[in-house]
Amino acid sequence: MVRFAVSAAPLDAAAAAASVARDRDGALATFIGLVREHNAGRRVRWLDYEAYAPLAVKAFERIGAEAAARWPDARIAIHHRTGRLAIGEASVAIAAASPHRADAFAACRYAIERVKQIAPIWKHEHFEGGEVWIEGATADPADDRARTLALERACS
Amino acid sequence: MLVTIRLFARLRELAGSPELTRHVASGAAAGDVWHALVAEFPALGDYTGNISVAVNEDYARPSTALHEGDEVAFLPPVSGG
Repeated sequence: MVRFAVSAAPLDAAAAAASVARDRDGALATFIGLVREHNAGRRVRWLDYEAYAPLAVKAFERIGAEAAARWPDARIAIHHRTGRLAIGEASVAIAAASPHRADAFAACRYAIERVKQIAPIWKHEHFEGGEVWIEGATADPADDRARTLALERACS
Repeated sequence: MLVTIRLFARLRELAGSPELTRHVASGAAAGDVWHALVAEFPALGDYTGNISVAVNEDYARPSTALHEGDEVAFLPPVSGG
């Protein structure tokens, strides 16, 4: 099963989880990002997600390698959706499996923080009265400060 | 030499195209292509210093040297998740 994927198909968190869980794991943490009905005081109608898919999959693989370096017993999967998503739909599914829960939770949190920092994916928000491209971090996988920040958030 | 330029999200909209093919000087770096693009599409200028670069589907630097047929992508700040 695929651990790192970008697709227009609806996400299946169980598939992401199944791609990482092994018999030696006693913990499986999942994170699912949802399209929220309000953002920055705007009433959201829908989001269009755009990705540079081949580079996004490589970014996910990189995040997987970073997580494995920090939590050697944990294994993560990252599946991200593209295209038009309605309120309440899942945009990203992350699964982290580990023998024990602490590493599973930490690796899962680390993965979503890094996705937001370095995955070449963009939200085009359509809200009541207009539309706007959401622009967050300038992606730089080699930026150690960003990586440290993601680690701090994962371990707090 | 010919290179393919990929643009995403707001950069794509400002340039009016997701993909362009342009002649650049032999030995040009990715950053040189960006500056030529800004000359062609001045609205992109606001993003100078605030973009990421990828060459042939790997993250790169503005100083990365290009070769005939390379694909160079310019990425505005990201917002996945």
